[in-house]
Amino acid sequence: MDETMLDGNAAAGDFQELFAVEVTQMVGVCAGCGLTGPLAEAHMFSLAPGLTLRCPGCDAVLARLVHLPDRTLFELRGLLRLEVS
Amino acid sequence: MRAETPRAITLALDVPEWPGHRAGQHVDVRLTAEDGYRAQRSYSIASPPLASVLEITVERLEDGEVSPWLAGEAQPGDELELRGPIGGYFVWEPARGGPLLLIAGGSGLVPLMCIERLRRAAAPEIASTLLVSARSQEDLIYAEELSEGAAVVTYTREPPPGWTGYARRVDRAMLTEVAPPPEQRPHCYVCGPTSFVEVVAEALVALGHHRALIKTERFGATGG
Repeated sequence: MDETMLDGNAAAGDFQELFAVEVTQMVGVCAGCGLTGPLAEAHMFSLAPGLTLRCPGCDAVLARLVHLPDRTLFELRGLLRLEVS
Repeated sequence: MRAETPRAITLALDVPEWPGHRAGQHVDVRLTAEDGYRAQRSYSIASPPLASVLEITVERLEDGEVSPWLAGEAQPGDELELRGPIGGYFVWEPARGGPLLLIAGGSGLVPLMCIERLRRAAAPEIASTLLVSARSQEDLIYAEELSEGAAVVTYTREPPPGWTGYARRVDRAMLTEVAPPPEQRPHCYVCGPTSFVEVVAEALVALGHHRALIKTERFGATGG
């Protein structure tokens, strides 16, 4: 087990700077295996200058957030859907 | 500043215009070195929402980038760059009800103590079980507050002399003895190192606890 792994809870602060809503509470659907759950439960790997969220079911990359000097990239390649309630 | 253990310290932060927080939330602390290098870590809030001061408890990790400064070099009056409150998932409010089952590994106790302090102050009628896993007595934060039966403690490495309680890692048998049965639908909050959280969450599911009622927060072993 990778002890450097965190979870989506730890990504909430970076998301909070970008979005007006609390992203980690949103329920995401993995495009790889269909697992459905709050982003807070995703596996989070923080390797500067960015962070990666992976599916706890199939390990596929759900989202990446990368801070560059002049802009921030937010990639959602592995999320089929986000549900807000 | 208040020493909790030889390695952990509680810091009271005076945050102008603090908007208030929910029990279980965290803050991000960012340190910037003279050469511009920045390091950022998340720390759970220890003080309940009703308290007048904002407190975090920081355990010093020797190879960490932020915690050695916070829990070693910081002095009263120092200024910190802080972001928060953060997180809407790993939180509890009295309106959510109970019973509560709080399971902490090491300094994963911090957000759970925040929840427990809120429950005690605002909703003492809600039943709560707090199970704390610590390596030794020396590693147990909030020891005074946890004496007098406020928590079930298990020591995984070095139980104190004469200890008659649990002295092993949290397992299914322990959870069966300590936790409310799944039929009571307890709200389970598990926080600790990654491996601890995985093992405990799996054990809770195996015992029949409802997956949707199990909330987890991992802080990683090298997080500090």
